Amino acid sequence: MDIAAILVTIGGLALAGLVLWYFFFSSRPAVAAQSTSGGVQQVDITVKGGYSPSVIEVTQGRPVQLNFYRDEENSCSEELLMPDFNVRRDLPAFQTTLVELLPQQPGRFEFTCGMGMLRGSLVVK
Amino acid sequence: MSASSQTTTLDIEGMSCAACAAAVEKSLSRTPGVQSALVNYATEKATVTYAPTEASPADLHAAVENAGYAVAKRAPDTSAADRQAELDRQKAAAYRVLQRRFAVAAGLAALVMLLSMSMLWPTLMMRLNSQALNYILLALTLPVLLYSGREFYSSAWNGLRHRSANMDTLIAVGTGAAFFYSLAATLVPGFFARHGVLPEVYYDTTTTIIALILLGKVLEMRAKTQTSAAMRALLGLQARTARVVRPDGQELDVPIEQVQPGDLVAVRPGEKIATDGTIETGQSAVDEAMLTGESLPVAKQPGDPVFGATLNKTGAFRFRVSKVGADTVLAQIVKLVEDAQGSRAPIQRLADKVSAVFVPTVVVIAILTFVLWFDLAPVASRLPLALVSFVAVLIIACPCALGLATPTAIMVSTGKGAEQGVLIRNAEALEKAYKVDTVLLDKTGTITRGEPAVTDFLAAAGYTETQLLPLVAAVERHSEHPLADAVVRYVDASPLARSAPLATDFQAAEGKGATATVAGQTVLIGNRRLLAEAGIELTPTLAAQADALLAQAKTVLYVALAGQAAGLIGVADTLRDTSAEAIRQLQGLGLEVVMMTGDNPQTAAKIASQVGITRYLSEVLPQDKAQQVKQLQAEGRTVAMVGDGINDAPALAQADIGLAMGGGTDVAMEAASITLMRSNLQGVVTAIDLSRQTIRTIKQNLFFAFIYNLLGIPIAAGLLYPLFGVRLSPMLAAGAMALSSVSVLTNSLRLRAFTAR
Repeated sequence: MDIAAILVTIGGLALAGLVLWYFFFSSRPAVAAQSTSGGVQQVDITVKGGYSPSVIEVTQGRPVQLNFYRDEENSCSEELLMPDFNVRRDLPAFQTTLVELLPQQPGRFEFTCGMGMLRGSLVVK
Repeated sequence: MSASSQTTTLDIEGMSCAACAAAVEKSLSRTPGVQSALVNYATEKATVTYAPTEASPADLHAAVENAGYAVAKRAPDTSAADRQAELDRQKAAAYRVLQRRFAVAAGLAALVMLLSMSMLWPTLMMRLNSQALNYILLALTLPVLLYSGREFYSSAWNGLRHRSANMDTLIAVGTGAAFFYSLAATLVPGFFARHGVLPEVYYDTTTTIIALILLGKVLEMRAKTQTSAAMRALLGLQARTARVVRPDGQELDVPIEQVQPGDLVAVRPGEKIATDGTIETGQSAVDEAMLTGESLPVAKQPGDPVFGATLNKTGAFRFRVSKVGADTVLAQIVKLVEDAQGSRAPIQRLADKVSAVFVPTVVVIAILTFVLWFDLAPVASRLPLALVSFVAVLIIACPCALGLATPTAIMVSTGKGAEQGVLIRNAEALEKAYKVDTVLLDKTGTITRGEPAVTDFLAAAGYTETQLLPLVAAVERHSEHPLADAVVRYVDASPLARSAPLATDFQAAEGKGATATVAGQTVLIGNRRLLAEAGIELTPTLAAQADALLAQAKTVLYVALAGQAAGLIGVADTLRDTSAEAIRQLQGLGLEVVMMTGDNPQTAAKIASQVGITRYLSEVLPQDKAQQVKQLQAEGRTVAMVGDGINDAPALAQADIGLAMGGGTDVAMEAASITLMRSNLQGVVTAIDLSRQTIRTIKQNLFFAFIYNLLGIPIAAGLLYPLFGVRLSPMLAAGAMALSSVSVLTNSLRLRAFTAR
């Protein structure tokens, strides 16, 4: 092995480790829903190559309104799935789509794009 | 309200006391153009009447905000059909852009490919400086990257910022690596030469990958719109206007959104019925196939319900609106199908787990591939080999096929089901229906019609049916008893219905029957007790015939004319015409069909043999139905229970899958996983057949998607090279990738050809 091969090996392994850490092990900040005076828990979510915020905390048993604003035309994010709530919704580009649900059980419920690549979760407490 | 004013309701946010409401009210009232404003603190709503010529909704919002409060965002009051139309418009526009991007990429890629191959013709190469050629190729590649492929890079970048990776990430990294390597080889070829590496360029690879992936996307997008075709058709059924009859008798076409419950609506022959209601005047035959899948038109007369989106065939009528908008049967069907399409099938679980980690994992595999090739290949060729393999791995991996495998099939199949009157609650129901091996039928209302009908009419010696029937009908028309209904229906269906004498002095004897005078004679119809109390004796023949009818579990009505027993009417629940055929088809699907009934064993045996059922459970009390389901399950069977959805909710819930047979248009069947809109057993065959085809399609899709990636990635990484000297060109990888998701989609779309047996 010459010096280039050693450098490539070390660099490659480090990069692979970085990829794994970045996508799987780094922490994502959770955002708590804001309650309106009507008791509805609201969160604005921007959809652009992912969901921000991607972790949303809500309280069990009270209605939740998620306002998804899709800030891109990329087809990857055109569908929103929340299988635990039987939601499959098309998100029109550059528009806000409201998703209303009533979380009855505590737990962590994932929402994803149509193909399960973009991910977020609703944490019901 | 004058014609020039408009009333709107605003949801006000942030009010904490009644004084706040007063402040909002004041601010709104002072806005020019506002005629009145009323703010309700409890409901947090403001009702404002204003002149649209002087004030706009924005002015009203501003007035609320000036008072220090906010107007809550509300879901736009557009119909589902309008939203779908807007989405379709956006998608059509996106499709055109995509086609353009593909056309540019394909054209330039072809040119780049041609020029790159010029080195195959040495005479041409002699005249061209390879350095200059590289610059030409670079100039041709840049538009492909910056215009056609831009979305891949922006999407990958956006995803990266969110710590998410998708298919675009793979394409962006793959083509990006090939491009930047080529760029370096073009700009500083000397650097490569100094390190003993040929300054090769991969512009053809870069452009071809982008062109092929875009081709895949074009095909995918076209196919994907077809997966929701059934849903779009359902939404398209909604009528746009209704002809409302004003109190002054004037008929006015109004948009469907303005129709209110209680309105009277006129429907002419050949017109679509606007919304749900009850007929007040007129009669007709209505084609309800779009809701129930039932192809025969349904006769309608005053008092009968009609449903929005169904088609009036022959007569004209007026109906009173009972439900509008989201409450209508059509809207409920749409909601149910939407929910089903949003649900997750358990079969998808593994694919979901793989999808979640797919892209980062592939990126890691690609990096390791690069390192291995670099470390193991001969020094002179190691960099290009490592690079090409790295790119091939990234490009061939296809998470989309995995992601599309299940949902596309579910979407097509739930839509297809709705088209045929089979409403599937969720994907899990489809999966369970697939596993069913035993179908348990609750006799009443499924095999039989569930309502009494006249089966026998026996006239005593000296009387004829022609003579008795009109008299009997005349009496029974006054009665509201279900048995009387059956008699009237029987007479009305016969040619004798035209001679209709009138009955006078009608008297109902509670629980026994009725008497009346028709054409000067006293007519009695009722049970044996009614006759006995009137002192009328049965002839021995009649008594024997009555016993025979009773032995067949039929209800017997006795007819007496002028103090003499004159005839017998046998009434029973009758078999549906389609039951025997449907049961035969279920058995043909390899299912054991079991009948459950409250009848005695003899009657049960007779009905079972009429429809070809060998196993039946008789004398089952209503409360024991669920227990019977449990017993069948204890035999290791997967049981589908079919019932009318009203009396057998516990049994439907206990079964592995419950199928409720709606009385035509009853959608809200909570206990059932599948609701059959057509009131016959054919729907059960359709449901099970559809579920089998759907799950088979999903399994094929999943198998293909997994195998494709499991084989494709190692081959792209160069696993075959040490053994056979075969390497996969990244361009071929792009072709395979483009075809893989389209194949899965096309396979799902095959379900559109499903037809009920």
